[in-house]
Order: sequence, then structure tokens, then C-alpha cells
Amino acid sequence: MAIIVVGLNHKTANLDIRERLAFSPEKLERGLQDIKKIPQVKEVAILSTCNRVELYLHTDNNSDVYSDIEHALSNLHQIQREQFSQHLYKYEGVDAIRHVFRVAASLDSMVIGEPQILGQIKEAFEISLKKKTTGVVLNKLLSSSISTAKRIRTETKIAEHAVSISYAAVELAKKIFSTLKGKISLLIGAGEMAELAAKHLINNGVDRVVVTNRTYERACALAEGLKGKAIRFEDFFDELIKIDIVICSTAAPTYILTKEHMQKLMKLRRNRPIFIIDISVPRNIDPEINSIDNVYLYDVDDLQDVVDSNMQNRKAEAKKAEDIVLQEVEKFVKWLDSLEVIPTIIDIRRHVERIRDDEFEKMRHKLTNLDDNTLKEIHYMTTAIINKIIHPCIASLKENPEDSKTLVAMIRRFYGLDS
Amino acid sequence: MKFLTDISITLYLIAFILSILNVYKTTNKIRFFFNLFSISAFLIHTISIIMRYYDIGTIPITNMHESSSFFAWSVFVIFLYLHYRYRFIVLGTFILPIVILLMVTSSLLYSEIRGVSPVLQSYWLIIHTVSAFTGNASFAVAAGIGVMYQLQERFLKKKKMTELFNKLPSVQILDEINYRLITIGFPLHTLAIISGALWSESSFGIFWRWDPKEVWALITWLIYATILHLRLVKGWRGRKSALLSVIGFLAVLFTYFGVNLFMESYHTF
Repeated sequence: MAIIVVGLNHKTANLDIRERLAFSPEKLERGLQDIKKIPQVKEVAILSTCNRVELYLHTDNNSDVYSDIEHALSNLHQIQREQFSQHLYKYEGVDAIRHVFRVAASLDSMVIGEPQILGQIKEAFEISLKKKTTGVVLNKLLSSSISTAKRIRTETKIAEHAVSISYAAVELAKKIFSTLKGKISLLIGAGEMAELAAKHLINNGVDRVVVTNRTYERACALAEGLKGKAIRFEDFFDELIKIDIVICSTAAPTYILTKEHMQKLMKLRRNRPIFIIDISVPRNIDPEINSIDNVYLYDVDDLQDVVDSNMQNRKAEAKKAEDIVLQEVEKFVKWLDSLEVIPTIIDIRRHVERIRDDEFEKMRHKLTNLDDNTLKEIHYMTTAIINKIIHPCIASLKENPEDSKTLVAMIRRFYGLDS
Repeated sequence: MKFLTDISITLYLIAFILSILNVYKTTNKIRFFFNLFSISAFLIHTISIIMRYYDIGTIPITNMHESSSFFAWSVFVIFLYLHYRYRFIVLGTFILPIVILLMVTSSLLYSEIRGVSPVLQSYWLIIHTVSAFTGNASFAVAAGIGVMYQLQERFLKKKKMTELFNKLPSVQILDEINYRLITIGFPLHTLAIISGALWSESSFGIFWRWDPKEVWALITWLIYATILHLRLVKGWRGRKSALLSVIGFLAVLFTYFGVNLFMESYHTF
């Protein structure tokens, strides 16, 4: 019996290979079935995300299961084995268990602590449950990995604070405004990053988005996508009186907002706070305006610094998370060991019951005058006797002591279970 | 019942230390014990005030020992409201020191019960002292919030994302709470001045005699009137408002302690 992980991720394979081995929902069903058909494979689950493709297996004997799996993958994805086999990593036993726990906890992710992976693991788990390709061992492995990930999330700060520029902007906004509900955001110029930041703001409660651009048509197009309003570039200064959050990313070579502008504006705004994010390079907003009260200006470097320091914090937290993973792996291994006890218990019971049944038959042939009621009583009595005799033995197995493996081996010898 | 005061000081102090720990490591345990210790401190504090009330037969704000205890109690009541409304323990880090300092004062200036001076035995006592100290308490919490605002604003401007930055709420919330507390404290302070004048008239036949206590109460009143005026008329908010609220509270403290300790005044008890 062995737990095995076979897979590749962003560290071992480039996007080209990952794409070719990725499982679409339809392929996933076929893949689970095909791999389940491999004789040694008792259970299988497949995780396929844009950063990794991993197979979780519970096998009888792992001696030559790898080549069968590579073969199955090659057939499934219509790709030569040589093209991907060098990118595969293979883990067995404790290493495999630890790997699954680390993946679920987002310790193996490209961005440590990112939250999506846990959902993806859950999904992989559900599909394999539905297709009935997993059993006791993998079910327990996946559910333990999910609960470990949750534990890490509550006990460490691994998932705290933004590690992308657009999220960092949202977090800062929340430290400036009491709530983002009812706030209005202005996008000056259209850029991918500005659009992304605007979307995050909307998702976090910002009510309205106003878009402006030197080309009015482009402003209209972007406004439509964000369900906002487009205004002409000449009008943006007047609009600023109502705005709470500005995201600026124009290609202007000079400042479009100077300190004098801003001072005048703050009077008109009666000093209501304003958060300005200038992600244009060169900068479009005079950095000096950050010195005005109630004006908070962040440029792309400032946001990057925030992200970097958050990333440093996550790395520090990851160390604590690794310790938790080790603890949980240990628990899981202990559980796994206890499993080996169960077949032995079943064997003992079967063994003594067979002895009893044989003797019972012999007795019935000798004493033919016994009525059914007496026979039933004798059956009851013998059951009670064998239960009492094997009870201490089973109880000591169930206690699952440190040396359970030795104990199991000795008991099997005493009863001659393997002969 | 000095020991009740001392027990509640100890419990407030433990709660304060827990609130500092909470800045660096937030766990449910710390939250639980913070709530446990601060609420127990408050309950014992409340019992000590009630017992004093029964002992002297009137509201126990007749001397420095009693009034600073009541002052601290009012500060904590406001803290409790804000804590349950906004749920930030970090507030304790800034408000509990005020409570503790006032309680220590109360403990140091402990006085045995003696007959309440006849001039104080009047229903004016209740109106005047309760409005004065609840007003002071509002100003105290406003100042604590003002300090929090200053810090959070600095963090945002200097782009320093410290642990404290993560725990402090947004500058806008702090500004709003600061303003609201002043709008509560100001009418109470006004009422204290007016009731004091009327009381003075009824006992001494004179409304106002430019006593240091009266002068400093008026200076305090002017500072907070300025804050409100600038906010409503000039739209002053944020940093300068927060700073003025801290200065205002220093005036409150001087009116309360400074005048009693350093100046000759008929208004010292």
C-alpha cells in the first residue's frame, strides 16, 4: 500500500507543457477512469489548475506504476512520453502526503498564500468522489489537507494583506475610507492595471465609476465594460470635486494635476479625503500633492513597496505554516498506520470463527438429538467465548501503540494468519 | 473602599497590556481575555461607585478621589460603546491609559468619607458635576481617537505599513468618531458652565467671578467651539482637527488638575 503523487507545476514545466497536460472537465472524467483501470491503482484523484497538474494515487505496489501512468497520460493528452516525463516529479509515502498538504495550504503556489488553490483542491476532491475513484485513504488525505489549509489560514497570517498592486490599492482605500460603499472612483486614461484596480474596487463596494480619456470613444468603451459613466477629458477637473478614489494611468508626458490644482480642489471638496493612485510612468500627478492634508497619493513604486513588504511577511508566516504541515502529516501517518491494523483484526475474527464453525459442525454430527433451541444457545455461547478470548488482542491492536507494526506482525504469526 | 479601586486599576492594566499584545498577535484568546479583564475591571469599578453613593448619600463626585473615579468610569463607558460598535481592541491601547491614570489619581487622592460640605448639598451638584465629567470623558476619548488619527495619517502619508497600521481603523472613521465625540462633549461642557454659574448665583449670589477654574473652563470651551466652528464653516477635518482635539483635552486636564493643584480657587474640593 502506498500513497503516490505524480505531477508537474510552474517550477518544473513551462506553460506550454502545462497546457498540453491540463485536464478539461470532460478529459478529467476520462482521465480518472483510465487511471483507475491500471491494476495497481486502488484510488485516484486529479488536480488540474493553470499552474499545476497532479495525480494523487493510492496503489498496491508502486514498483512499475509510474510507467503505466505516464503511458495513460500520453494516451489521454496525445503527447509523446519523452516530451513531458522529464518534467514530472514523483513523491511517495510521507513525502507525498507532505506535498499534498503543502499544495492545499498554498505553500507550493507561485504566489504563496493565494486563496484559489484550496477551492481547486476541493473541486478535485468532489469530482473524484462523484466518479467514485477515491476510497478511504485518498478521501482522508484530501479532507485532511483541506482542514490543514484552513488551520494554517486561521493560525498564521499567510493569506493576510495584498500581494498584487491592484489589491494593495483596495486595502489602502479601506484604511482611508470608513466604507467603500457609496464611494465614486475616477479612471483617468485606460490601462489594463487601472481597469483591474477599478474592478477590485467595484467588487469591494465602490458604487460608481467615472471614466475619462483623451479619446472620448475609448473612455465610452471602457465605461461600458465597467457599467460606469464616461466624461470628456476637459471636464475631469470639475468632476474631481465629487470623486473619492482616482486611478490615473495616462501617457501624458507632464503632470495633469499639480499641487496648486489640488489645493484649490480640496477647498472646494471641504477637505473630504481623496485617494489618488498614479500608476502612469512617467508620473502624471505631482508627487508634492501627498503633502496636502486629506490627500493620499500612491504611485506605482509605493504600491510595489507595499506588495513587497507584504510578500516578505508571507514568507515569514510560511515558516510557521510548514511546522503546522509537519504536525498534520504526522497525524495522518499515524492514522494510516492504524489502517494496517484493521485487516489483521478482520483476519483474526475470520480465523477463530472458522475454527468454531468447524467444531460446531462436528458436534452436530455426533449429537443428533439436540433440538434447534439448544443449538442456538450453544452458538450464542461459543460466540461469547471467542469474543472474550480475542478481545484483549483486538483491543491492544486498536490502541494503536507506537510499535503497532511489530504487534501486527507477531499476532499474525501467533494465529498463523499468513500461512 | 480603596481596595476596590486598586483591584480595578490592576484589571484595567492587564486589559491594557493585552490590547498591546493584540497589536502584534491577534488571537481569539487575547480577545477573550481582553474582554474578560476590562469588563471585570469595569464591574468592580461600578460597584465601588455605587457603594460610595450609599456611603455619602449623594452622587459621589464631591472631591478629587470621587470625581476622578467617575471621570474614568465615564471614559470607559464611552470606550465600551465604541468597542462594541466598531470592534477594534486597539482602541483600548489608546483609551485605557487615560482610564488608568485617572484611577491612579483617584487611588492616590483617596479620602475617607467625611461630611459633604454644605455648599455641595444641592441638586445643582448632580447637574453640574455629571455634565462636567461626562463632557470631559467625551473630550478624553476624542483626544485618544485624535492620537490614533495622527498615527494612522502618518502611516498612510509615509507609506509605512506597520503592524499598528494594520490594526488601526481607517482615518475617515477616526475623524468621524472624533467629531461626534466633540459634538457630544461640547453641549455637556456648556451645560456644566451654565449650571455652575446658576449654582454659584444661588449659593453665593454671583454668576461669574473670573475664578481660575471658571477661566480655564471657558478657555476649554473656546478651544472646542473653535474646532466645531472651523469644521462647520471652513471644512476643517482630519489632521488639524485631530490635533486641536488633543490640545483641547490638555486644557481639560489643566482645568481639572492644574487649577486644583497650582492655583488658588474657591472651586477646589
